[in-house]
Amino acid sequence: MTRVDELMDYAEVVERFDPVLGLEVHVELHTNTKMFCGCANVFGGEPNSNVCPTCLGLPGALPVVNGKAVESAIRIGLALNCSIAEWCRFARKNYFYPDMPKNFQTSQYDEPIAFDGWLDVTLDDGSVVRVAIERAHMEEDTGKSLHVGGATGRIHGAEHSLLDYNRAGVPLIEIVTKPITGAGERAPEVARAYVTALRDLLKALDVSDVRMDQGSLRCDANVSLMPKGATEFGTRTETKNVNSLRSVERAVRFEMTRQAAVLADGGTITQETRHFDESTGGTSPGRTKETAEDYRYFPEPDLVPVAPSRDWVEQLRGTLPELPWERRKRVQQDWDLTDAELRDLVNAGAVDLVTATVDAGATPAEARSWWVAYLTKEANARGVELAELAVTPAQIARVVALVNAGELTNKLAREVVTGVLAGEGGPDAVIEARGLKVVSDDSALEKAVDEALAAQPDVAAKIRDGKVAAAGAIVGAVMKATKGQADAKKVRDLIIARCS
Amino acid sequence: MNELIRSTAAELAAKIASREVSAVEVAQAHLDRIGEVDGAVHAFLHVDTEGALRAARAVDDDVAAGRAVGPLAGVPLALKDVLTARGMPTTCGSKLLEGWQPPYDATVTRRLREAGIVILGKTNMDEFAMGSSTENSAFGPTRNPWDLDRIPGGSGGGSSASLAAFEAPLAIGTDTGGSIRQPGAVTGTVGVKPTYGGVSRYGLVAFSSSLDQAGPCARTVLDAALLHEVIAGHDPLDSTSIDAPVPPVVAAAREGATGDLTGVRVGVVTQFSGDGYQPGVLRSFEAAVAQLKQLGAEIVEVSCPSFDYALPAYYLIAPSEASSNLARFDSMRYGIRVGDDGTRSAEEVMSLTREAGFGAEVKRRIMIGTYALSSGYYDAYYGSAQKVRTLITRDFERAFGEVDVLVSPTTPTTAFRIGERTDDPIAMYKADLCTIPANLAGTPAMSVPSGLSDEDGLPVGLQVMAPALQEHRMYRVAAAYEAARGQVIADVPALAGAR
Repeated sequence: MTRVDELMDYAEVVERFDPVLGLEVHVELHTNTKMFCGCANVFGGEPNSNVCPTCLGLPGALPVVNGKAVESAIRIGLALNCSIAEWCRFARKNYFYPDMPKNFQTSQYDEPIAFDGWLDVTLDDGSVVRVAIERAHMEEDTGKSLHVGGATGRIHGAEHSLLDYNRAGVPLIEIVTKPITGAGERAPEVARAYVTALRDLLKALDVSDVRMDQGSLRCDANVSLMPKGATEFGTRTETKNVNSLRSVERAVRFEMTRQAAVLADGGTITQETRHFDESTGGTSPGRTKETAEDYRYFPEPDLVPVAPSRDWVEQLRGTLPELPWERRKRVQQDWDLTDAELRDLVNAGAVDLVTATVDAGATPAEARSWWVAYLTKEANARGVELAELAVTPAQIARVVALVNAGELTNKLAREVVTGVLAGEGGPDAVIEARGLKVVSDDSALEKAVDEALAAQPDVAAKIRDGKVAAAGAIVGAVMKATKGQADAKKVRDLIIARCS
Repeated sequence: MNELIRSTAAELAAKIASREVSAVEVAQAHLDRIGEVDGAVHAFLHVDTEGALRAARAVDDDVAAGRAVGPLAGVPLALKDVLTARGMPTTCGSKLLEGWQPPYDATVTRRLREAGIVILGKTNMDEFAMGSSTENSAFGPTRNPWDLDRIPGGSGGGSSASLAAFEAPLAIGTDTGGSIRQPGAVTGTVGVKPTYGGVSRYGLVAFSSSLDQAGPCARTVLDAALLHEVIAGHDPLDSTSIDAPVPPVVAAAREGATGDLTGVRVGVVTQFSGDGYQPGVLRSFEAAVAQLKQLGAEIVEVSCPSFDYALPAYYLIAPSEASSNLARFDSMRYGIRVGDDGTRSAEEVMSLTREAGFGAEVKRRIMIGTYALSSGYYDAYYGSAQKVRTLITRDFERAFGEVDVLVSPTTPTTAFRIGERTDDPIAMYKADLCTIPANLAGTPAMSVPSGLSDEDGLPVGLQVMAPALQEHRMYRVAAAYEAARGQVIADVPALAGAR
């Protein structure tokens, strides 16, 4: 592990060097079946339960391309403003690794399905950077190795390894940027913003779960530095195991400061794969690529070429959803949001949820207040994504409606939602079960008010003398007596009416 | 000799269907024959007595119950050990796969079973189908029933030898560069390589994916045609499988047997003669051409100049694909494992397993292929070979613009002696000189016996080639020739062990 004293201060880094980034993102498609066989494509599951002769690479087994995966690849390519190949082939990438059943990965090499595109990326301050896309190609995922007995969970030092081929053959799309230059000190932010924008895009396309924590979206960050003003790129490193958006930013920043220190010291950068450590925020060397691996690519003879007709491509273009940034622009206008409000909404990942809640009858302000302010905290406390909370937009809209009708106070409304989140049923069921309806029966309330006034005659006298502020004590007593189920404002009005 | 084992598949099927004989009796007769002679021939790596008798009983039950059965129901068959079949090991002639029991049937195997064909067992072959003599089997060579000191051809020597030794009336082979046709020629049997994509490769353990093709082997053209129609046809599990009707080969074989070839234009490929060709083979070929002319065919000389580059192109393409196809044999999921004593890394265990498990010829081809695909060499080797392949395809197209079928000797020589070419790979490779072009072009070709060489009394094969999906043309010509010439296989000398 690189020690902190081997890093250069970031301000000095960007003063002396220009960073060049290259981002390779692997996306697991959430097709029903795998890329080349009929096995179920699901995350988790008993090890080696979703396997067959083809994805286990048994002798004699053959691949057949999943048409749905090709469709997803084309839609991704179109959304990234790429050209779609009229004819392309799969290729074999040959190398030995125990979790790769055939010891070659069926991928695409010099004939990707999509190429030459771009993605506009919005940075935190609202400025937009256009990232050029080199290519998007189809391939299959490998199995998973579990290294047992070592300190790090990595292969070095492990006592033995377990292999799970459930993931082997899961469809992947690899999206590769052209070198990103000129980002300067904002390079780490650009990297994060790019992966964020890509994630949102893929989510809108509904082609992947895009869960970085589960590996359905994986980012490899290539970073190199060149002296300020130079045009020739420096030697790059490729950092893997970058498993969150924040890590993308941290990993790029760390590599910049590490490489700068090496270069400033007269050293050279080794072209290598590095491993990001979430806990320290640093990177450490993995495989060195001094002897450049020769993958001996050649066209996959077991598969026929993929030749999407132009009609099909155009038909797929018609299925592209409103893209996330277009949608944001529209939402901001429709709901009259400030830039800051929009940013909070987007950062909370709440655009879809708020929209659905509005569609179910709430106002944008009400919906935002629930999702962005209240439920985001609930999600954070539970360590889950907002969308994973056990409450639906329709349920939130129902709660909002009940509040507007005066049947729930805000406090009760939150209790109702707490019950929904706890799995006690929908809002009405929770209200019923917990007995949470606002006490709106005037005679019951009047009785409670009279009792409270009788119990505190001094206070009652003050109110009658016009010291309305004193009513608070009576309100408190009434609320206590009604177990908080009364509308406090109404109680207050009632007290004043009784004392006037 | 038992009459049943000398019968053709067509005869046996008719007798079984009419209950003149039971499928069990037929299977037992062949199992007995295997027991008698296979010690000397070694055509089989595995005999599935129980499975064969069970399958035969099922056919007998169907016949007894009056259920419709297929045209080859109850006929025994020998399956090359490169196709997977549940309930039997699949070794591909390799120590590396020794004991492996595949959990699934190849599509060919499934179709055989569905047709009521009785699988007797798995036949010997050159390791992973790499060879022309079956001497590269890790389990010892197969011997040619015509002369036990000679090779039965390869890689499918076991399948063809089983036919010549009357151990089975039908067999399945696979042909990457001639592995069905060359063994057919040197054992005096019929062997057919269908159009690439005509028969599913699902469950065929790949040697060279763009060349491999399974096909029928038999003692008569009609039997081969009947088997062809059982195994051919589109398979959604094989992306390279052709979605087109199976050519009417049985009808063509029956039509050909009437002996009239009037109006058929037959091209003689001029490249297949000269140095390296045994005079007796060439004389047999000339006699065959004369016979075809007598049957009414028009004979035309055709030049296919690119065929001269077929052998070198093949020995770049096939090893390249093989180097990748055979990478999966790493001991992690199946097959033997060597050196896993807890001290070695997975990479070391893979390496030790492959070193111990693969034979010399397989290693040679993996090395050639790995080299040919390497960065910096790809264009010069694999790339150039693919261009040659295109030129060969064009030569075929030009030729078939002029003629209906092409003919040549199947092999330059008759069966050579065991051990004669094992130290000379190039001499061994030349056994496939005439057969390789059809693999490179993906076109169908077959070998039909054309008598015995007047020098050594050993069988010679006539190769008939046709355009893609025009198998019926070659079946017609081969059947007409066979009918006129008479059965060569009737002359097979009795085996020492069975005399």
